[in-house]
Amino acid sequence: MKRHFRELSVTATLLLVLLGMAVFAPAFFQPQPLLSLVTREAPTLIVACGMALVIICRQIDISVGSQFSVCGIGAGLLAARGWPLPLVIGAAVGLGAVLGAINGWLVAGLRLPSIVVTLATMVTLRQGLNLGQQGAFVNLPDRVQWFGLSQSAGQWVLVLCSLAVLAALGLALRHWPAGRQVYAVGSNAEAARLAGIRPQWVTFLVFVLLGALTGLAAIMNVVQSPQVQPLAGAGLELKVIAAVVVGGVAIAGGRGNLWGAFAGLLLLACVSPALTHLHIEAYWEKAIQGAIILLAVVADGVRQRRSEP
Amino acid sequence: MRALRGVDFDLAAGEVHALLGENGAGKSTLIKVVTGAHAPDAGEITVAGRMVHGLTPTLAQQLGIACIYQQPALFPDLTVAENIGLRLEHGGTARRIDWPARRARTADLLARVGARIDPEAEVSELSMPEQQLVEIACAVGAGARIVIMDEPTASLTQREQGRLFTVVRELRAAGVGVVYISHRLEEIFALADRVTVLRDGASVGTHPVAAMKEADLIKLMVGREVAQLYPPAEAPPGDVVLDLKALGCTASGVRDVTLELRTGEIFGLAGLVGAGRTELARVLFGLTPADRGEIRLNGRRVVIPSPRQAIELGIAYVPEDRRRHGVILEMPIAQNMTMAVHRTIFPRGWLRDDAEEALALDFVRTLAVKCAGPDAPGGTLSGGNQQKVSLARWLATKPRVLILDEPTQGVDVGAKSEIHKIIRRLAKDGLAVLMISSDLPEVLGMSDRIGVMRGGALATVLPGGSDAHTVMAAALGQETNKGAA
Repeated sequence: MKRHFRELSVTATLLLVLLGMAVFAPAFFQPQPLLSLVTREAPTLIVACGMALVIICRQIDISVGSQFSVCGIGAGLLAARGWPLPLVIGAAVGLGAVLGAINGWLVAGLRLPSIVVTLATMVTLRQGLNLGQQGAFVNLPDRVQWFGLSQSAGQWVLVLCSLAVLAALGLALRHWPAGRQVYAVGSNAEAARLAGIRPQWVTFLVFVLLGALTGLAAIMNVVQSPQVQPLAGAGLELKVIAAVVVGGVAIAGGRGNLWGAFAGLLLLACVSPALTHLHIEAYWEKAIQGAIILLAVVADGVRQRRSEP
Repeated sequence: MRALRGVDFDLAAGEVHALLGENGAGKSTLIKVVTGAHAPDAGEITVAGRMVHGLTPTLAQQLGIACIYQQPALFPDLTVAENIGLRLEHGGTARRIDWPARRARTADLLARVGARIDPEAEVSELSMPEQQLVEIACAVGAGARIVIMDEPTASLTQREQGRLFTVVRELRAAGVGVVYISHRLEEIFALADRVTVLRDGASVGTHPVAAMKEADLIKLMVGREVAQLYPPAEAPPGDVVLDLKALGCTASGVRDVTLELRTGEIFGLAGLVGAGRTELARVLFGLTPADRGEIRLNGRRVVIPSPRQAIELGIAYVPEDRRRHGVILEMPIAQNMTMAVHRTIFPRGWLRDDAEEALALDFVRTLAVKCAGPDAPGGTLSGGNQQKVSLARWLATKPRVLILDEPTQGVDVGAKSEIHKIIRRLAKDGLAVLMISSDLPEVLGMSDRIGVMRGGALATVLPGGSDAHTVMAAALGQETNKGAA
């Protein structure tokens, strides 16, 4: 109970918000708009899972937005050339993994600080994409949207797929030795090394995993519309990092879990529709999200200070 | 714990007064008190006939007390002139810096300590002795009347050492009182006028150096009753497990270590700080792999390139600094204990909470770990109990060779004797134990054999039950190797 206080408190806040919506704006729970909302957030959830791992490992990756755009456009171009969908999905995931591996190699192999490395790759990828694509959209063949299924079936596929990734990674993080190693490296890399863990290798792999998940998320975004926008992933990194931090993953590493990240993401995602349904001006959205993040960080800070001897 | 209890120490102007004592005798604490870093809770300090109350680092500086540490505390990215300016120039942060004056003053100070160093050089480009000279120049510039030097020759070559001695003698001639701390007896005889020996935080006597012999000093340093009872060995050691032949590692300065370690044996490793004991442990655990000599484990020649390999070979290393390298403070103790054995206790690659908890409870019981439960984070435990958790992690790997680095450092007396009993029991159960310790009574009381290291090499191996005097004499030795930084 005490150990999972952060996760539980975020979940409780989320439930409170949902309860409030049920009372004041029951229209929020109409199935179709709700499904659309959840579908839009599905790719973000996938990236948030990977980001949680990277942050638990005491690293950060702010290039995920650019990776997302590059993978999305890449996948769109391949699909437009007539590649079959499974191959396109594989290519997007693979491309993401390669981009993640570049970050991972720079951080773990050359031992450079991840914030600077990923800032550089963020800008490089984004500008490279602008140069190559000149802002042009990529039109997709019809068979790509919703995987060629009906819209609602496609939406269900995306939602279930993201939940499956969440569950699989959550279990792996808790019950796989590899998951435990991520915590160990994030808490104290030197102690982990003395216990026979290879910190650099673990660090490299979490970046690769985040890249691959970003590639997957990009595909899940591509199939939602008839075109791919080059700017699709802009700002994604902030959204994802905010969700992870609100969910109780310690930015200093070693603490947190995917359940918290999930709850944090939903909480932040609820803000915009809640405002719409409560007829409050949309300008408040960012302010309220910012306040939630600040509250989470302050709560962590206070708790940290109290637990110190 | 009490680090100092009743030390009388006086320093005259124009003398070099040596301070001597084994590891943990209280030398560093005494320096910290005199430089104002620690407040004493009893006794008085008098500087130049005036009693001083509430000494702070700033006040100590104003009184003319300067300390030159083994590792110079300079800003590596600033130039020599900037470093000296930061220390010596007073005034507001908003004042304009008079660069030519700063440079001239630096050049003057450097000349006064006989250093040929460019004031514009960045400190990171200087060698260790040059940095020390910059520190001394600072002390001179501050008009220090008391200069404390903490093992200043530890990383100097013979020639650099000679130059340093000249500077010290010049300081003395200028009427400065120098407190000179060193483990090297011959330096004390070459340089000091008087010598004070500390033991267990108390002064055991001040003598003119001219009236002393090396043997007298050693006797003063170790002359202590073994107050504690240690669990005795019950059976003679068994077969050789670990066999080292002329083992060396250039990077960490370990050289030419030949040693046999048997099952059921506790091999104590004594020596001064920096003698290469931890370095040897790190070689055996694959942290700084050996590049010379050979290691045989159960008769088979092995190479240990990484901790992972060491663990697989059945070598366990409980590191010295348990808070930094041992227990992961945020992690529950159950997870801490299973960290090195995931593959063996969870054979199907799936961590089961019940299996983990069972293992943890088992160790909590057998090692008598006092904790709220296996879920309690490692950081909530006391030092002795953290040490037990760290030990449990390594026992879980079912090692054949257990290396303990300062197993009872910072542990209270009760937990200490518990840990001693555990170590003896482990040896009895067939483990070969290599125990590094700076606690001389512990080494003497626990070890079946005692190896003494000096300058990266195993200087001598003594039988268990050797007396403190012999061990200390071997640890101090006649220094022949200088210059290995």
